[in-house]
This record gives sequence, structure tokens and C-alpha cells, in this order.
Amino acid sequence: MAETICPENILEEIPVDILLDKSLEKKKQGLRLSQACAAYVNDKYELSYSFANDETYELTTLRVVIDKDTVVPSITEIVPSAVFYENEMKELFGINIVMLSMDYEDRLYRIEQEAPMGPKKEEA
Amino acid sequence: MSIMKFAPEALKNLFKPPVTTKYPFVPFEYPERARGHIDIEIDQCIGCGMCVRACPSSALSVNKNEGTWTINRFDCIVCGYCVEKCPKKCLSAVPGYQEPEGEKGEATYQKSPEVLAEEKRKREEAAKKAAELKAQKANEQLANEGNKAK
Amino acid sequence: MGKRSIIPYGPQHPVLPEPIHIDLVIEDERVIEAIPSVGFIHRGLESLVDKRDFNQMAYVAERTCGICSFQHGMGYCEAVEHIFGVDVPDRARYLRTIWAELGRMHSHLLWLGLLADGFGFENLFYQAWRVREKVLDMQEMTSGGRLIFSVNVIGGVIKDITDEQMQIILKTMDEVEEELKVLQKTFLEDYSVQSRLHGIGIITKEQAHDLGCAGPFARASGVKVDMRKRGYAAYGELDFEPIVSNAGDSYARCYCRMMEIYQSIDLIRQAIGKIPKDNTLATPVKGNPDGEYFMRVEQPRGEAVYYVKANGTPNLERMRIRTPTFANLPGLCEMLKNTELSDIGLLVLTIDPCISCTER
Repeated sequence: MAETICPENILEEIPVDILLDKSLEKKKQGLRLSQACAAYVNDKYELSYSFANDETYELTTLRVVIDKDTVVPSITEIVPSAVFYENEMKELFGINIVMLSMDYEDRLYRIEQEAPMGPKKEEA
Repeated sequence: MSIMKFAPEALKNLFKPPVTTKYPFVPFEYPERARGHIDIEIDQCIGCGMCVRACPSSALSVNKNEGTWTINRFDCIVCGYCVEKCPKKCLSAVPGYQEPEGEKGEATYQKSPEVLAEEKRKREEAAKKAAELKAQKANEQLANEGNKAK
Repeated sequence: MGKRSIIPYGPQHPVLPEPIHIDLVIEDERVIEAIPSVGFIHRGLESLVDKRDFNQMAYVAERTCGICSFQHGMGYCEAVEHIFGVDVPDRARYLRTIWAELGRMHSHLLWLGLLADGFGFENLFYQAWRVREKVLDMQEMTSGGRLIFSVNVIGGVIKDITDEQMQIILKTMDEVEEELKVLQKTFLEDYSVQSRLHGIGIITKEQAHDLGCAGPFARASGVKVDMRKRGYAAYGELDFEPIVSNAGDSYARCYCRMMEIYQSIDLIRQAIGKIPKDNTLATPVKGNPDGEYFMRVEQPRGEAVYYVKANGTPNLERMRIRTPTFANLPGLCEMLKNTELSDIGLLVLTIDPCISCTER
């Protein structure tokens, strides 16, 4: 029987200003960015950056909870493969991500609506 | 170096019968479980609407009073969730795909008049019973109130 | 230094079954930079969670992709099952494994055919898809759909594979293995095929790791990562090792996928040999999910991540599918650098792009 490795997922909640430091630390540990995504929960954005360890199959998720208009620095300088994830967050949720290495200016998915999964626009 | 590795196989294929069937002339046999379209035994249907609520693509509608069950076959994705949910097991996914049509339309199934009449009779009976029960209760209440007043 | 120009590639292109657009910055027929843009078929499946409840989403998730459909449904269901904390019956776990491996086989055979078509070997393309047809017949026989299974529900599966059907599957696996040997001889040894694949589009192990590549694309570069090792479904009880190649070129990718078909045949045989007799196929779940989970499964194209966040209502708060092609896009851009313009069509194909998955 083959041995299987299935450790529990780890969730680390961090403030937004140490996101870059933490990402750099994860990268130095030899982890791979597995995914990054956003969710809009209770008037706050939840950003999740999941780093995978390919030897122990451990998934560490950095969770950043921010207000609607907080500026988030892009981690593309540290992890270049994050560029599509961050463009997606920016386009679908309207999160203010700055310093992207390649900014699609909300034209990644070419959708008509602005930030369809973000906060609902208040009707004027 | 190895060249023309595939040539022997290609030559062999020349003398083998084709693996495809001559479809319109030879009818295609669907396996038993094939999910082609959703079928209903309409007389079994109780019009509960479980399938309508279950349908992920909102392709179904039910009218309990008129005894109809309507499916928009062009919206239906034949996932079979309604078949799972149906309490009377009168829905089933059967072989045979929806044929192309010029316009998107809905298919409506109507209960036979006998079943409908039977159901109506039962409903009326039930309503009658309920009314009787209600009247009885009201009478009792009146009597009770009368007693209290005394 | 030659003159630089930009050549648009796609979204309509003969080798691409699906629309992706790449702007190629070229200098004397050499690609300097590749800038992809997607978004031609964005469907917004993720935002459907507002309108559909978590049971219906299992069917929606399965329809993310037409090729790796089963594994999408399975990944979503496993994520929700983790939140509920229910145990899937043993037989259902094995059935899921069998179906998942059938899906992997037909996906890889499809890719081999497309690859043959990509380098202009029409005859080989027909042969590969002929073998694939047998796998599709197995899928239709057991689940009722040729590509979309619709057998996954939260808590298990809804259809069983009977003993007679298992025997038919085993017999077909033997036939497929025989026919694969013919394909393997051509794909891995033929001179004309090799001359199109060897040494083209090299991604080193470091690059593959840094760019977050997944699946056979990463394994061909020597990254030994296979989510099946995490032991979801019944993979924990089956014996297999990830197939890794060190070359990192297109030939290595072809080799990895070819060998994975053999591996899938082996896994199906093992699973059918070990499957327990059991009448329950699904554990019923009660109430609504509350919590969040990251589920990772190994799809034919690589690691897929399902993030499900639930808040105790029938509608989920957030469902996210990170599909393997999405992770492979940065790798694709890196791979296209410093290649000849005439190889682009083939190279885009070697990551096994599934654009509908990517955009969801």
C-alpha cells in the first residue's frame, strides 16, 4: 500500500502590511503559489494566498481581511505567477491592487459589468 | 533512427472493416443507462414541485390545479437531479436525445381526464371533510364560550 | 538586432479547439515575449452561488469543463463533504476513483490525438481518438453520459457499477492497453514525431516550480507533485508513483501523458480488484454547510483547487475553482520565449490548454 500524505490545511491571518514580507518568507521556504483568490464577506474583502509545499503536500493559506478601499500591494514582484490571480481579483471584485507587473486594466475577462462579484452598487 | 513506425498499422487498417457504423442506415443502440432526455409518467405525478425547486437550470414548471408538467427541453441539462428528488419516482432519464428544432419550445404533459377527475373528486372530498371539521370545531368553540359566559 | 513586430495569435486558430489570444512579440521569427489574453468565453459560474443552492452547484461545478467533468464535480463534492465532516461510503470512494481514472484516460487520449493533429499526423490522430472512443463507451455505459457523468452528489455517488459492467471495463482495459502499445511505438519512437517534439519548449525544474506549474506540465520538468498522493477518494489505498521526466521539453510532456494512461489502466484494475461490496452509495447530509475548505485534486491537466466558503445558508458564500490551465498560463508565456514562430501552435497545445476551464 502506498503511503499517503494528507496534512491539514493551515490558515494564517495576517494584516495587509506584512503581506509582502510573509510572501517572501514563504517563497524562501521553497513553497509554490498554488492559488490566490478573493471573497466578499460582510462588507470586507478576504484575500487568500495559498502556498503549497510539494514535498509534504501541505497547504498554507495567508488570509488578509481588508476594508473596501484599502490599497493592497501586489505580490507579483516576489511571485511572478500571481499576475493572473491578482488581475482576476481586481476585475471581479474591484479590489485596489497596485504595482502589478502586468496590469490588464480590468480587461482580463472582458466583462461588461464592473466588479460583478464585489460590493453591490448602491442605487442612487 | 526509426522511421515509418506507423506505416504497418496504417496498412493493416486498410484491410480491416471500419470501426464506425453507417449511422442513419444502421440504428444506434444506446446503452441502458444513457441519459438522453427526461421522461415522466404524468399520471403518477402529484404536482409537489420538488423537481422544479431542484432543477439547476430552471427548466421545469408544474401546475398542480391543471395537472400539467412542463419542461423546456432546450434548457434542460439532463443532470438527473429531478429524477433523484421525485418522491413518487415518476421521472426518469431515458435514452434518445432531444432532436433539433427550429424554435425553442416547451413540452407540456397533461394528466389524463380520468385521473384529473378522480383527483378533483378526492380534493373536493378532502375539502368537504376539512370544512365539516372546521364547522364542528367552531360549534364546539361556540359551545365552550357559551359555557364560560354562563 | 532585428526589427521587432507583434503578431496576434488566436483566438481563432486551427490547432486551438478553444479561444485564447496571445500577442507574440517577435524578432526575426523568434518570439521575445508572449502576452496572453483570455476572456472570450467567461461564463461567471462562480457567481452562480448566489442563485443556486449547494446541492445544485455540484451539477454546475461538473459542467465547468467538458473533458475533466467528473473530477470537477468530485473536487467540489469532496470540499463540501469536508465542511460537513461526513464520511463517504467505501464503495462510493472506489467508484469515484474508477470514474476519475476513466476521465483521465480519455482526456490524455484526446490530447495525444490533438498533438498528432498539431504536428500534422492525421492518421495517428484518428488512431488515438479511436482508442478514446472505447473509453467513452465505458463512461456512457456506467454513468449514462459520454462526457458529463452527473453521478456525484454531496456525500457520495448515485449510480453503481454492476459486476458485469466491471468485467466489461476490465476487458476493454486490456484492449485499450494493446492498442496503446501501437500508439506508444509511434508517439515515442517515430523519427518524424521526435523531430517535432525533442528539445522544443524547454521549462526547467526551477522555472516550473517558480511559475507554479501543475500536472503533467510540471512533472515533465521533474517536479514530483501529484495531488493523488494526498489520498482523496480511494487513492490512498492504491499503489502508484507519480510519473516524472527530467527533460522538460515537449517530448517529455508527451511521454508523461502516455505513461499516465498506462498508470490509469493499472489504477482501474487495482480499484476493481479491491472494491468492497456495499449497498450504501451515499451518506445523506443534513442541514446547511458552515465553514470553509481548500480541496485539491489532480485533474488530467494538473492540480485543481476548490475553495468553498459556506455560511450556514443553502447558498454558498463563495465557490472558487482554480483550474490547472490557469496555473499553467505563466509557464506557457515563459515557454514561448525564445522559440520559433512555427512551433507556437504545437507548444500552446503541449500544456493541454482548457480555456473554458480557465475562465469558468
